[in-house]
Amino acid sequence: MSLYKSARWCCLLLSLVAPIAGYGFGESVNLGTPLTEAEIERVDITIFPNGHNLPVGRGSVTEGRQVYFERCALCHGDSGTEGPSHRLTGSVGLFSIWDPLRIKRIQEVNGLLVMSTGQQWPYATTIFDYVRRAMPHVNPKSLSNNQVYAITAYILYLNELVDESFTVDRTNLPSIEMPALKRFVRAK
Amino acid sequence: MKRLKTEYVAGGGLIDRRSLLAGGVSFLAATTIRPVVAAIEGDKTIAEDFPRWTKTLAGQGSPYGEPSRYEKSVVRKLLLPAAPENAGTSAWLTPIDQLQGIITPNGLHFGSYHYGVPEIDPNKHELLIHGLVDRPLKYTVEHLLRYPMVSSTRFLECSGNTAINAMSPFTGNETCQDLYGLVSCSEWVGVRVSDLLSEAGLTKKARWIIAEGADSGSHSRSIPVSKMLDDGIIALYQNGERLRAEQGFPMRLLLPGWEGNTNVKYLSRFEVTDRPAFTSHESGLYTEHLTSGHAEGFSFHMEVKSAIMHPSAGQLLNEKGFYEISGLAWSGRGKISGVDVSADNGVSWARAQLQGPVHDKALTRFSIPWRWDGESTILQSRAIDEEGRVQPTRKVWKQKYASPTFNHYNAIQAWQIDKDGSVSNVFV
Ligand code: HEC
Repeated sequence: MSLYKSARWCCLLLSLVAPIAGYGFGESVNLGTPLTEAEIERVDITIFPNGHNLPVGRGSVTEGRQVYFERCALCHGDSGTEGPSHRLTGSVGLFSIWDPLRIKRIQEVNGLLVMSTGQQWPYATTIFDYVRRAMPHVNPKSLSNNQVYAITAYILYLNELVDESFTVDRTNLPSIEMPALKRFVRAK
Repeated sequence: MKRLKTEYVAGGGLIDRRSLLAGGVSFLAATTIRPVVAAIEGDKTIAEDFPRWTKTLAGQGSPYGEPSRYEKSVVRKLLLPAAPENAGTSAWLTPIDQLQGIITPNGLHFGSYHYGVPEIDPNKHELLIHGLVDRPLKYTVEHLLRYPMVSSTRFLECSGNTAINAMSPFTGNETCQDLYGLVSCSEWVGVRVSDLLSEAGLTKKARWIIAEGADSGSHSRSIPVSKMLDDGIIALYQNGERLRAEQGFPMRLLLPGWEGNTNVKYLSRFEVTDRPAFTSHESGLYTEHLTSGHAEGFSFHMEVKSAIMHPSAGQLLNEKGFYEISGLAWSGRGKISGVDVSADNGVSWARAQLQGPVHDKALTRFSIPWRWDGESTILQSRAIDEEGRVQPTRKVWKQKYASPTFNHYNAIQAWQIDKDGSVSNVFV
């Protein structure tokens, strides 16, 4: 075996051992307490693009519209575009440094309203995840799972991704195709 | 005598440090000549020759010491959202141009918030680790404080630092604090993430960890396991004292060199997974629009960057003559290996001196002596890191990023010095 090869093997072995060794020679502090399934379930709120962890429940565009006007429109605007808080649908488009109207557009547009949830987020599951954990901004975590499904349906409807008769649940949400997915690339 | 003549290393008055030292000696010799002292009469006190504070007994100070009352203007600047509906989303800008060395005092560390500053009771706060692990575990704060501590001096930068230069098509009267107030540097002390992960036991499929905080938005970000194992820290102390609420008390995640938003404050949960969650911030606010039409996400590293802090926009040079140009450089990829400075509109450049020790992924102080001739000119700095990455010009940066992207701006900064000594932000 060449020196180069054996050095590589050493590195590989080390990288396998190092994380386990932690603070040296197998000594462990071990002051953690085992978590029970029930404890995990209570706080396990992260939803994944494949729908993993979505709860039981459902909500329609019509129900969502009602929740939206009661709990969200105040900050996100009646149409989800006019703010003052983040825009939820549409966009004024991106503009490049070569755009002759660039200066005018920057002056006219409030930064939060240039892009939107519907235009930027690659996965619809994120809408459910985020609204349930963080919205409404002043009293988050106050909506039921069904209400969050309904709101998700309504935001998708505002983005013309589903029609008015649509009902969202844990099985169909992951299959909604968001326009941003095609544009998304990972940085190096 | 050796070199008495000042030697210049580049145009615009940049001086060779060694020639400065030689010149300094002769300058000192000239000023040590004392005037003749008059004889003191028998009934005269020495009081009139001494300032007020040498003639009265002073007070006690305070339990938590405060800066001098003459330093009252060295404070952070609050950026508040225009609409009250967006309350909670705010930022405090560090007066970075008024500090020296590399450490940011805790009270002046920048803050950037999406959900305000929660006051968390440490006795009711735990860190949970679950998901793709052999043993799901929870840790109280008290228990974490008993773990072996590691120290690392690292910068922290909001990816929106210097956003004004990224977005605005022209410069105005923004100050250095407005432009560079979202970066700070501290000695962070805490528990290695890898120590806790090895106790929980990562399973073979573990690739990502969703880190979550206990603020009202339950802020969360997906972090590759490799970074967590490499140098992730659960920070409990900052510059010697426990974290402040504004920095994530009772604990925050510290991911050296990575965008501020991933350094989850009020850290309360790690969910180990085989994939990222595409949380809201990594789906939208913290992705960048490229001129190619793509949106770039998981842009973790803060790239090599620098700015001259003295002199800088908002400051005034009272007279021509000697000044030390002094600034800060940093890179999320490693150590700073060099900084070049130009004092003549970018025509010539000279290597600045780095203040040691140079830490990995930390603010690094650079300096170069300078004699200002009183004419208008432009000062610039250009940093290089140990991976050989060089700060781009604004034009090159703009070739990659489309408006309205404002995150991850790291282009070379130019300061215009006017004849009246005022300093302002310019694009070159
Ligand atoms: C008091 C004002 C307020 C109310 C009411 C409110 N929001 Fe928000 N919303 C905000 C703010 C502020 C943000 C930005 C938070 C941040 O900085 O991360 C936001 C962000 C969002 C986002 C993410 C936007 C993006 O693209 O990044 C969504 C989606 C959203 N809100 C949905 C809702 C829904 C649904 C409701 C009603 C259930 C609601 N909001 C109620 C203020 C509000």
